[in-house]
Amino acid sequence: MHMHRLEKMWLTFGVAMLAVFLIVLGIGVFANGAQPPTTHAHGGHEKPAPELAEETAPFDKPGLHKIGDNEYKLVMVAIAFAYKPLEDKIVIPAGATVHFEVTSTDVVHGLQIPGTNVNMMAVPGETTNFTFTFKKPGEYLVLCNEYCGNGHEMMWTTITVA
Amino acid sequence: MTDTVLAKQSEADGHRFAPQDGKLILAHVLFAFGALVIGAIAGLLQGLVRGGIVTLPAGIGYYQLLTAHGVLMALIFTTYFIFGFIWASIARTLGDLMPQVRRMAWVGFALMTIGTLLGTVLILLNQATVLYTFYAPMKASPLFYIALVHVVAGTWASAAGLFVQYRYWRRKHPGQTSPLLAFMSVATMILWIVATLGVAATILAQLLPLSLGWTERVNVMVSRTLFWYFGHPLVYFWLLPAYMCWYVVIPKVIGGRIFSDSLARLSFVLFVLFSIPVGFHHQLMEPGISPLWKFVQVVLTFMVVIPSLMTAFSLFATFELTGRERGRRGLFGWLKAMPYKDVRFFAPFMGMLIFIPAGAGGIVNASNQMNGVVHNTLWVTGHFHLTVASGVALTFFGIAYWLIPAATGRKLTPKLHRLGIVQTWVWAVGMLFMSGAMHSVGLLGSPRRTAYTTYGDNAEAVGWMPYHVVMAVGGTILFVSVVLLVINIVLLLRAPRGVEEFPLGETAPDSPAVPVWLERWGLWVGIVIVLVLFAYTVPFADMIQHAGPGAKGVVTW
Ligand SMILES: [Cu+2]
Repeated sequence: MHMHRLEKMWLTFGVAMLAVFLIVLGIGVFANGAQPPTTHAHGGHEKPAPELAEETAPFDKPGLHKIGDNEYKLVMVAIAFAYKPLEDKIVIPAGATVHFEVTSTDVVHGLQIPGTNVNMMAVPGETTNFTFTFKKPGEYLVLCNEYCGNGHEMMWTTITVA
Repeated sequence: MTDTVLAKQSEADGHRFAPQDGKLILAHVLFAFGALVIGAIAGLLQGLVRGGIVTLPAGIGYYQLLTAHGVLMALIFTTYFIFGFIWASIARTLGDLMPQVRRMAWVGFALMTIGTLLGTVLILLNQATVLYTFYAPMKASPLFYIALVHVVAGTWASAAGLFVQYRYWRRKHPGQTSPLLAFMSVATMILWIVATLGVAATILAQLLPLSLGWTERVNVMVSRTLFWYFGHPLVYFWLLPAYMCWYVVIPKVIGGRIFSDSLARLSFVLFVLFSIPVGFHHQLMEPGISPLWKFVQVVLTFMVVIPSLMTAFSLFATFELTGRERGRRGLFGWLKAMPYKDVRFFAPFMGMLIFIPAGAGGIVNASNQMNGVVHNTLWVTGHFHLTVASGVALTFFGIAYWLIPAATGRKLTPKLHRLGIVQTWVWAVGMLFMSGAMHSVGLLGSPRRTAYTTYGDNAEAVGWMPYHVVMAVGGTILFVSVVLLVINIVLLLRAPRGVEEFPLGETAPDSPAVPVWLERWGLWVGIVIVLVLFAYTVPFADMIQHAGPGAKGVVTW
């Protein structure tokens, strides 16, 4: 098929840039481990019915759990229209690495912390995992960013990093 | 019959649609704009609520409005307009519609209309406040899903009619290349049919049985995957008809030629191949899909960069060649030769310009880990309004300004021309404010699809409010543009009688022949199927094998 000389150059340049971009992206994912939120290997957790999530580990004990030196597991359950833990204020030491484990008991929710890369979906029947290190102290807003019903805008909580 | 009609049409500028075809086209286009008006009222109210400017009178819910806005604008306005334009393209290039094709088109129109009316009533009754994504396990009224089935089935009936007409033409013209617009219409329909299989599957196999109470639970990940298998190519279903206008109509309007017929066809084929097996890039932030398969689909997503670059090159090459033929010199002197006062050019051209930053934003959204910064924030809403609501919508407005008079046998008068230019400017300005504010506040973290809230007067969220006010201002300006559009359409329907041309670009007489393999649809559909199987089989099997008991249907509104 006939192609104009300048168009050939334009497409060659474009495709080369695309290749560079995808390689950079791939290195980020596979070499540096900059993964989007995901699930731990299947079989690691059994999958209970979503409405029974709160009776099953780890979601029977929502909240912050110390698992190592400056390393924590933060278990959260999204329920229309709130997050558990409900009352316990979540206080995280500054500089600590936090492993989020999130699920939903009913519909699909979001869990986002503005100003950070923490942004994930809470899907009923599934566990979402994401790791983040809170470096800056302060009070962080946690909000639901997936429409979940008529109380959606009231679904939020806070995390304190001190 | 067809050949004499074709001969008549070759006196291109005097083209008239057969009255019955004109009626069919007009019905689709006017229905589209009717949906646009109702959707725009919902959109205006939403903007004002979110900006804290008004509170809705008791009984109307914000999310109800949001559902109406999304369904009527993103699904109904676009689909009706696209079918109106595609029927016009077919009738213009393949000859008057055959009687049985016309019947299929009206059956399609009737099914879509039953579905739309039923769906709208259910939304207004608060029986289906599930937004236009209707994510499981939210459970709308069964009638809402039945309404959606009607809309999809209607599009299939119409598409079948289109294929019948196309096959008839090819049988009658052995060895000939089909007209470019007809080729592009077929590509668009193939994409649509392959894509809608996903949404049909989740509605028929999962959501409707759930809603009727025949099943108690639904596999949420499967349903999300099927939805986005449809939801991403949906974007290209909106875009390809706009590209039809950019590739074929615009060259004629500016008095130039199509840059390359073969490359235009190749780019459409590539869009069909690379827009379907890539839905995971909408699901990057969720569990249940292994990171490897997410990455595979991210790579496939970015393959559309190739036809996009081809399209950009072709369009600007046409502009430059036309400008230089008119004696314009210098690196960008040809830009001055474009007919900015011609709304048939100006509206789609503004759409093209806005589409450049829109495409750049799309690259951010699909970029695997970078998506975490913007996922489900107002940035995405801003992106959406630059692509569909600007690039596509402005092009559709530009088409409507000649298609409505062409279908009714009237003239687009200079006065209506000017009104169209004003309407385009108002739209662009409104969008600049609204989408600019959405992109900015989205980067700060403000979520999409959320009613007015300051999250307990959280300092950060309070800081987002000025942006929300700008969004409301932009939305109001956009609404003014819709009002201008409606005025213009009413005036167009009463314009003086005459012949308005369907501008149909041609390639240079000495341009090389189009390779035959481009029209081997069996081959392209085969490759699509292979790509879909490659991108989906393993992760999809995983979702089914490792499914828990599933989620119960709920009504949370
Ligand atoms: Cu929620």
